[in-house]
Amino acid sequence: MTDTPRPDRAQTIRPKYIGKKVERFEDPRLLTGRGRYSADIKADRMVHLAFVRSDQAHARIVSVDTSDAAEAPGVIAVYTAADLPELPELSAPSAMKDYHATVCPALARDTVRHVGEAVAVVVAQDRYLAEDAAALVMVDLEPLGATADPVAALKPDAVPLHDNVPGNKVLERSFATGDAPGEIAKAAHTVSGRFRMRRKSPLAMETRSYVAQYDTGRDQLVLHTSSNIPGIVRDELARLLHLPGNRFQVVSPDVGGSFGGKGSVYPEEIIVVMLARELERPVKFVSDRLEDLTSTSQAFDEIIEATLAFDEDGIFIALDAEVIGDIGAYSIVPWTAALEPVQVVSFLPGPYRTPHYRGRVRGVCTPKPPTGPYRGVGRPMAVFAMERLVDLAAAKLGVEPDEIRRRNLVRPEEFPFRIGSGIRWDRSGFLECLENAVAAVDVASFRKRQTEARENGKWLGLGFGTYAELTGIGSRIAVAPGMPINTGTETAAVRVDSTGAVTATFATASHGQSLETTLAQIVAEELGVRPQDVTIKQGDTSLTPHGTGTYASRSAVIGGGAAIVSTRALLKKVQAAAGVLFDVEPDTVETGDGEIFVPGTNHHITFGDLARAVYSDMKALPLEARKPLEAQEAFDPWLGTTTAATHVAEVEIDAETLEIRITRFLVAEDCGRMINPLVVDGQVHGGVVQGIGAAILEELHYDETGQLLSATLADYLIPTAAEVPTLEVNHIETELPDNPGGFRGMGEGGTIGAPAAIANAISDAVAHLGIGVEELPMTPNKLFRLIAERQEKE
Amino acid sequence: MTKIDITLTVNGEEMTGRAEPRMLASDFLREVLGLTGTHVGCEQGVCGACTIRLNGATARSCLLFAGQLEGADVTTVEGLGSPRKMHRIQEAFRRHHALQCGFCTPGFLMTVAEILETEELRTDGDIRDALSGNLCRCTGYEHIVRAVRELVNERDGVTA
Ligand code: FES
Ligand code: FES
Repeated sequence: MTDTPRPDRAQTIRPKYIGKKVERFEDPRLLTGRGRYSADIKADRMVHLAFVRSDQAHARIVSVDTSDAAEAPGVIAVYTAADLPELPELSAPSAMKDYHATVCPALARDTVRHVGEAVAVVVAQDRYLAEDAAALVMVDLEPLGATADPVAALKPDAVPLHDNVPGNKVLERSFATGDAPGEIAKAAHTVSGRFRMRRKSPLAMETRSYVAQYDTGRDQLVLHTSSNIPGIVRDELARLLHLPGNRFQVVSPDVGGSFGGKGSVYPEEIIVVMLARELERPVKFVSDRLEDLTSTSQAFDEIIEATLAFDEDGIFIALDAEVIGDIGAYSIVPWTAALEPVQVVSFLPGPYRTPHYRGRVRGVCTPKPPTGPYRGVGRPMAVFAMERLVDLAAAKLGVEPDEIRRRNLVRPEEFPFRIGSGIRWDRSGFLECLENAVAAVDVASFRKRQTEARENGKWLGLGFGTYAELTGIGSRIAVAPGMPINTGTETAAVRVDSTGAVTATFATASHGQSLETTLAQIVAEELGVRPQDVTIKQGDTSLTPHGTGTYASRSAVIGGGAAIVSTRALLKKVQAAAGVLFDVEPDTVETGDGEIFVPGTNHHITFGDLARAVYSDMKALPLEARKPLEAQEAFDPWLGTTTAATHVAEVEIDAETLEIRITRFLVAEDCGRMINPLVVDGQVHGGVVQGIGAAILEELHYDETGQLLSATLADYLIPTAAEVPTLEVNHIETELPDNPGGFRGMGEGGTIGAPAAIANAISDAVAHLGIGVEELPMTPNKLFRLIAERQEKE
Repeated sequence: MTKIDITLTVNGEEMTGRAEPRMLASDFLREVLGLTGTHVGCEQGVCGACTIRLNGATARSCLLFAGQLEGADVTTVEGLGSPRKMHRIQEAFRRHHALQCGFCTPGFLMTVAEILETEELRTDGDIRDALSGNLCRCTGYEHIVRAVRELVNERDGVTA
């Protein structure tokens, strides 16, 4: 491990690429249909899978009759769990006390626990024939009853889902600092609420797709997967299927988005690999959208009951929260069921000083697909609840929402600051982002417009969402509490080959994050070549001994950090070899734009010249100076980096139709040093629009028996260009964080701040009706019900 | 089911492929003709990733059967430009970072090619409406709108 070098600001005259709007290197292929996604892969003798899935939420499998399917045209084989005695089971152990890990066989064995769970698989010559045959598989299920509602599932009369999970409670965890209940009892003021965000789908546009190929002669298995965690998939499948890592390669080629949905290990990945080995043929599975909506991990569904106490001046004293997280039928592998709900409690106090905190979370099993990582993990829900409480407090005291935030945000001189759950915030622009946003929106003139509009049957609302998050988390903290996998380290290998070309290898896995460009910018700037001369390789387990992938806003900070330390080590080798060649001190050798030179002399060569001298020429350098131009270093930030932002939404609600339109959206954020401002903006925009979806559109509707009622894209709506306003993004750079590049992660922030800001804006718009938002998404229908309930009470 | 020969013009080239007539046109292009630039995101006619131009007008290839392509003139994203010689629309998308994972992109490009020919697109709101049949989960649309705005201005001889 390398010591953390500080960002080196006083460098030479070498051209700078970090911070430039470099056009992406991935684009030419992706724009012209020459990308290669998993579903694009074709191989000779390839066979195709179709899964037979449960249409019931919780049932005993009485029988599965595959005989007709086996006789259908083009069918090669049909398998159930009974046909595969060595079928592995997925389970995610946790170091957490009183945690009950669930067990999920790759095909259901005797019980199904959610609609969409795979019961059998058909192998056929093409996907059409496979689906024809799948329709002939007769599955006899005996209903076991289902408690789909998470609150009901914790009650004594609930139907238990797993024998080893008493009372459906997978986990329970509490945090306490000070005496929150006591302080709340004696506080001058309190506000409370019961907040809920509904189950959503990550909904990447590319559905999950897998191709496994087995080279029998060489005994080599290759899995191409739409996963964003190829390293974790490799490690887990190698363990489950007893495959040595050197004979089992996992590749993530071009991947069409994930947002968390492709960031876990899936039963179908196990099956394609098993069957490729079994049948000695390439095996392909591409899920359709219905399968995606019923078998890809879903996004959190949580309920928070919370109370915030504060004094006459609006200074926060105590926060108390009870959280229930609906984790679905199985804990997600490898992250465990703690991933999402426990982080809600960890992050709930947010960027504020709240001396007393008590938070308790319970994770509960329900017969629905597992919830897994989703962009923002834990924080969208935590921030929604906290920011609503903050606005309720402001309303109670009659102060503006920005003012109450100003009074309670952690101030610059107070960093590092530890919040009640134990999370440590490092210096980041909490107040600076707020002030920037406030200046941009001009609250006073908005209030004027709001009053005028109300007279014309339009309800306008302004809402803030202020938050902090940890990004680029090092190995000191597990990204998922209790999960026994190190995700805090990244290794990079950078080399100059015998042609003078530069290749840098990482264990990250880009699925839209532009890492082929941003990592090339970093390597180029550090080494003194042009970004277009650097090739980035990643997403392939054969390239690196270990690595996990790209998720949790880690790749810029950790991957970028590894790029810097490795490239600096390589530069030393370049300088050493050139020093011998020029007969000067290595320190006097400089590089830039692909040239190696000593300023003020005529020593001036290219990287190609040096490579020839080192590798090919037997005379230019003495033997001992001909060391490979290659360096490999690891980087681990140990702790995480704090990223902060304030989001502001303006909404307009039609008093008659209750249609909710978002008319303005602004983000003021501190992401440290930007590697590529275009890419940063793109990440913010994408996250915000997903947050808009969570706030006003997206909801997987399950009925009380666990049936999904929104199983097509016509029922599960995500934002289109027409529902989204122009997005404004202001970047603020406070003190640079303590990592080699001065980077902060920013891939998730959009989904974290936007739901809260929109909930507050809607609440502001309807405040005159005496109602507010406690549940997201908020739709015209729900708004209508809220208004009707309120009128009934009066 | 018996397979039939389907002959059509794709990106200016006459091609014949053999498929069951029930095969979706999107699968026919991808699997039989090997043109994997056309993507499939839903097969429900909603996402727009499979958008092609059929006899000049945009069409969702997942809602067509392969048999319906007999004799047709089809343009796919591969017909727009190549990595070395990109179409102006592709260049604008690159310049404005209007794609991230790139999965929705071919569908957007085909839609943009059409709306530039058929719609006035005076305001950004018009552009947003014209793009609302294509879903993108990565970009939040902002950069796509900016790329199209640049193309519209260029078309109309307006300097931004
Ligand atoms: S795949 Fe055709 S519209 Fe989605
Ligand atoms: S760029 Fe990924 S879906 Fe549009």
